[in-house]
Amino acid sequence: MKEELFISGRHIPNIDPHLHIWHWPISVYLFLGGLAAGVLFFAALVTLLGKEKEMTGVVKRATIVVPIALSFGLIFLIYDLKNPLYSWQLYLTLRLESPMSWGAWILLLVTPISFLWTIGYFKEYFIYWDWEKGIWKYVSIFIDYINKYRKVLAWILIPSTIILGIYTGILLSAFNARPLWNNAILGPLFLTSGLSTGAALIILVSASHKERRMFSIIDLILIIIELFLITHLIMGFYAGPQVQQEAAKLLMGGEFTIMFWVFVVILGLAIPAIMEIMELAGLRIPVAVPVLLVLLGGLIFRFVMVDAGQLTRYLY
Amino acid sequence: MRYAMAIDTKKCVGCSDCVVACQTENKVPIGYCRDWVTESVHGTYPQLEIELRTERCNHCDDAPCVRCCPTGASHIVEGGIVLVEEFECIGCGACIESCPYDARFSHPEGYVDKCTFCMHRVNRGQQPACVSVCPTKCMYFGDLDDPRSEVSQLLKTRKYKALAPEAGTKPQIFYLM
Repeated sequence: MKEELFISGRHIPNIDPHLHIWHWPISVYLFLGGLAAGVLFFAALVTLLGKEKEMTGVVKRATIVVPIALSFGLIFLIYDLKNPLYSWQLYLTLRLESPMSWGAWILLLVTPISFLWTIGYFKEYFIYWDWEKGIWKYVSIFIDYINKYRKVLAWILIPSTIILGIYTGILLSAFNARPLWNNAILGPLFLTSGLSTGAALIILVSASHKERRMFSIIDLILIIIELFLITHLIMGFYAGPQVQQEAAKLLMGGEFTIMFWVFVVILGLAIPAIMEIMELAGLRIPVAVPVLLVLLGGLIFRFVMVDAGQLTRYLY
Repeated sequence: MRYAMAIDTKKCVGCSDCVVACQTENKVPIGYCRDWVTESVHGTYPQLEIELRTERCNHCDDAPCVRCCPTGASHIVEGGIVLVEEFECIGCGACIESCPYDARFSHPEGYVDKCTFCMHRVNRGQQPACVSVCPTKCMYFGDLDDPRSEVSQLLKTRKYKALAPEAGTKPQIFYLM
């Protein structure tokens, strides 16, 4: 038996008895960041492959969500800062060892590009608007200018959205003090989950059957990869030191078991995967059901990881 | 120069004088503390063993809080003291998450606060407040680079441990056993 207690009556808010410094806005932001990275990655990829005319769902419709998601994500991030008025300090330095510094800079790059990407399609969203009238003439010139360089934007987006998607996981895995987070697989896992939720959103908004089918296959592959990565995550915990074995108990019989296995793995990954296979086999499945399950599963996954990770620590 | 602390767990009675001295000296807001006393009980009844430890920031050589800070507010100054520059701190909490000792906290004014080894006193040649008030004189503060310092001598002659060395942070608070 080993028992430890503070006899000096230590009870610091948000730290004792359990660390809870990062709250729900961080979980929501990690989800929105991953989703935005996923959608933009596919939009850039389709554009570079020259398929943007036939795949309008991904390049035009789904990307409307991205600037909104990133804006809300940034608001949530700043909301969870304790000293938000100093947040400009992030942009006075680039600290290579700090994933959060990487994240701040990559958001500064991706967010404006996501706005430009959407603005570039404004003429196609608002066909009946008189783009030759007054000031709108200059807006129209600006939009043409964006479209001229859309391929350049896409080239920038391919690496930067991958960094954005993987950083949401590395942000957590860089903390060796939290054994549940401190594993090399969390970055790829969050990236895969972000790409998968992105693909799901594209399926939801797409109007073309061919496009929906293609992204169903992509999403299915991503879900299978994600299930593999989760298996490796759990295996890694059991093969790891005592603190990681303790951390795994939270997901394997502990407080977060139902949240993780029922809501993330079964409802968020396994069932949508089965439904997508059934749909590919020709059965009629309402497309919104697997898509919403994937999106909700991705969101709950972020909540589980952020909340459970903060409960884990070194014992001494 | 490498400041470190040696704490004799055989002499500590857990009176929490160090905690109060720190709160007074550093004007720590009510309800918060930069150091604290832990009582650790091992074994099964009736063979129980008790260890009392006064804990604080370990001023690690390889400080994860400094590594993960996105603005550089967390930094290391001469003597290996880990400090937070409050006007650069955005209060993101990354350093609090990264600390295996939970030694940092969010000050009500927004920035992150922690033990400074009482740098203002040490620079004047005084001992940190917690060390200077200890009634059993179980705490020793000094320079590890100086082989004649009290801390170096104690670590040479006594058995000691550091907390969670497996976290890889190279902590600089040593507990004499």
